[in-house]
Amino acid sequence: MAAADELTFHEFEEATNLLTETPDAATTSRSDQPTSQGHVAVAVGSGDSYGAEDEVEEESDKAALLQKQQQQPGFWTFNYYQSFFDVDTSQVLDRIKGSLLPRPGHNFVRHYLRNRPDLYGPFWICATLAFVLAVTGNLTLVLAQRRDPSIHYSPQFHKVTVAGISIYCYAWLVPLALWGFLRWRKGVRERVGPYTFLETVCVYGYSLFVFIPMVVLWLIPVPWLQWLFGALALGLSAAGLVFTLWPVVREDTRLVAAVLLSTVVLLHALLAMGCKLYFFQSLPPEHVTPPHQAASLPTNIPLSPTLPRSMAPS
Amino acid sequence: MAEAEESPGDPGTASPRPLFAGLSDITISQDIPVEGEITIPIRSRIREFDSSTLNESVHNTIMRDLKAVGKKFMHVLYPRKSNTLLRDWDLWGPLILCVTLALMLQRDPADSEKDGGPHFAEVFVIVWFGAVTITLNSKLLGGNISFFQSLCVLGYCILPLTVAMLICRLVLLAGPGPVNFMVRLFVVIVMFAWSIVASTAFLADSQPPNRRALAVYPVFLFYFVISWMILTFTPQ
Repeated sequence: MAAADELTFHEFEEATNLLTETPDAATTSRSDQPTSQGHVAVAVGSGDSYGAEDEVEEESDKAALLQKQQQQPGFWTFNYYQSFFDVDTSQVLDRIKGSLLPRPGHNFVRHYLRNRPDLYGPFWICATLAFVLAVTGNLTLVLAQRRDPSIHYSPQFHKVTVAGISIYCYAWLVPLALWGFLRWRKGVRERVGPYTFLETVCVYGYSLFVFIPMVVLWLIPVPWLQWLFGALALGLSAAGLVFTLWPVVREDTRLVAAVLLSTVVLLHALLAMGCKLYFFQSLPPEHVTPPHQAASLPTNIPLSPTLPRSMAPS
Repeated sequence: MAEAEESPGDPGTASPRPLFAGLSDITISQDIPVEGEITIPIRSRIREFDSSTLNESVHNTIMRDLKAVGKKFMHVLYPRKSNTLLRDWDLWGPLILCVTLALMLQRDPADSEKDGGPHFAEVFVIVWFGAVTITLNSKLLGGNISFFQSLCVLGYCILPLTVAMLICRLVLLAGPGPVNFMVRLFVVIVMFAWSIVASTAFLADSQPPNRRALAVYPVFLFYFVISWMILTFTPQ
């Protein structure tokens, strides 16, 4: 039974401690409040629907009050977008560290974002990853040519475009689909509030950070080492995503939860594999690329970059 | 507050006169006429100057703009903390530099569609949209620099990299080889560092100190991409 004092605002440390003590407690969040004052109302209940109705009424009252207090600027004003870049250097570094070391109890959204998702991290991490992919892909070709002068070297600038489009599509369309799906399931369950769209984008964006050192380490031309680094980075990144999504998904049926989490991990793995195969092809020694035979690349690269058949002569 | 004197004008008192003691006696009457003409005597001269630029020769007009561009080039090559780039911004310099760089980076027309270096349009787009993105990022983070001032600074600071491109093309005329590559690598790295230092000298002050690194990192990425394009340029 939810007591009255348990419905007051708590600090985050208390909330995460409570969560670890009672792992089957239900939590609701005010994460979809646009005011982003950093307050979270944590209602710890025993899981029965009797207390839930009271909580929902209380929360809607609080929501109305908060909305009257703070007018959100319209989406056509500059200030609206400025609120998404309201981060300091130390906060961004902190969030990056949090994505590199996922821990089972610490939800990335609750622990690091704390109702203040930013767009700086996802945007610039994706840009960095796209350029690093193109640069290191080109560098592997240079190194391969040094070992074997018959390989034709070319700057391959088109790979920048391909990398950019595929990374940005992945980092923005997949969170959109995930958010849409979670909101649809929320309508079915009415219990746990999902994350806002920006928080999902943030989670995905920061989880892509671990791929940057992985791509740089892929310069080492030892194949088993490359696969090892790839598996490590994929494990870290996917673990971060799963630990973040688990509190939201565990309220749902087991089938939906399992399918959702495995789809998320699979898409992430496909991205890593696609990067490896497209940008870091292992060239056999007797390869000479005749430039005129390169057919046009497939232009639709939304989520799973497949190995283009035109690169087959490599 | 100054103390009121008990006996004004008493020569024998030992106490000093407080400041502004006589002001309390002044009253401003309502009917003092305050009127007249306020003219700036220099205005007629300025008007003459404005109309005279229409009559000046084309040579004068072009040289004035070229001198402004050249002065800013000097400020980039020897970066000091000065406001010239910010105060009198112009976009001629960035346009000249971008077009020069794109022309020199253009891929060989005999080269294939897929595998060569960047097209002219690609370099142009990267430079200008990169500069716009960095400016937007800086403004969204709360910097107090105007849009065009930031574009001007970022464009002018491509000058060291354009010089590096010229040197690379000259060095490549000597034929390929590892020494050739090391020389080009060294030149590009030095000019890359020069660009970063120059642009940071102008841009870093416009950000609050706890976000300076967040605003400078995209500049670093921007010049890194341009340096990579210069370094991987192969003329065949």
